[in-house]
Amino acid sequence: MPKVEQEYQLRIPSQTDNLELIRGFISKVAEKVGFNEADIGKIELACDEACANVIKHAYSAFIKDKSLDVAIKINYQKFTIVVTDHGKGFDPASIKIPDMKEYLAELKVGGLGIYLMKTLMDEVDYLIEPGVRNQVKMVKYFINKNSSKVVKSEKDHS
Amino acid sequence: MEKFVVQRIDKNDLSTLCLGGFLDAHTAPNLEEAIQKLLDEGRFKIIVNFKDLTYISSAGLGVFMGFIEEIRTKGGDIKMSNMTSKIFRVFDLLGFPTLYEIVDDESEAISRFKG
Repeated sequence: MPKVEQEYQLRIPSQTDNLELIRGFISKVAEKVGFNEADIGKIELACDEACANVIKHAYSAFIKDKSLDVAIKINYQKFTIVVTDHGKGFDPASIKIPDMKEYLAELKVGGLGIYLMKTLMDEVDYLIEPGVRNQVKMVKYFINKNSSKVVKSEKDHS
Repeated sequence: MEKFVVQRIDKNDLSTLCLGGFLDAHTAPNLEEAIQKLLDEGRFKIIVNFKDLTYISSAGLGVFMGFIEEIRTKGGDIKMSNMTSKIFRVFDLLGFPTLYEIVDDESEAISRFKG
């Protein structure tokens, strides 16, 4: 992990065909700072879910500039992803985290992305200013990374 | 490899969909289309072989959720096989193994349909 804070940024049109590129960006940076494969997979998926939500919901058809920013901030303690759009926003209080037992029993569709983000990352927060900027901030602490590294090295030696 | 490929193999009343590449919000409609086509043809016993699938997001998982009720109502099922540990982890995280039969390989999925 870096001694001083580092930041990486990607600005990209808000389109589903860019999700692959976003995942590539996220996973390369996560790999660079030393996360293991399993954690890289979690970070990549959480970011994909956040960006897919923006692409699906943030912009109405009439808006021309449908851009999406993905920023990664890294310090000695944590890996932070901030996904920003300039669309219509939403009320974070309206987000329902599904109870998975109930969800599966009722064979519901959709809403899994937010559950995954909350489960895969250590923190998920929203900053909503409709039409100005809307942000989803997700954090993964390095302490978890180190503990998973130990598990990996034990497995490697077996 | 292409972004997402789905290859269909029909044998008697069983249809296998072999998936490759990645399944996300961009490619999920392709899988949706492939499953819808099976249902339109009255084929409800479906095996999904994940051998060459490298990535799945909730958009991909949602496709299965969208069809399972109809398929089971018609006396069929979706059985899943050959998942890499990366793909299985995502299914497991959401508790999907309680809803779908996920087996190691395709031959086991076939025998589950026959059994």
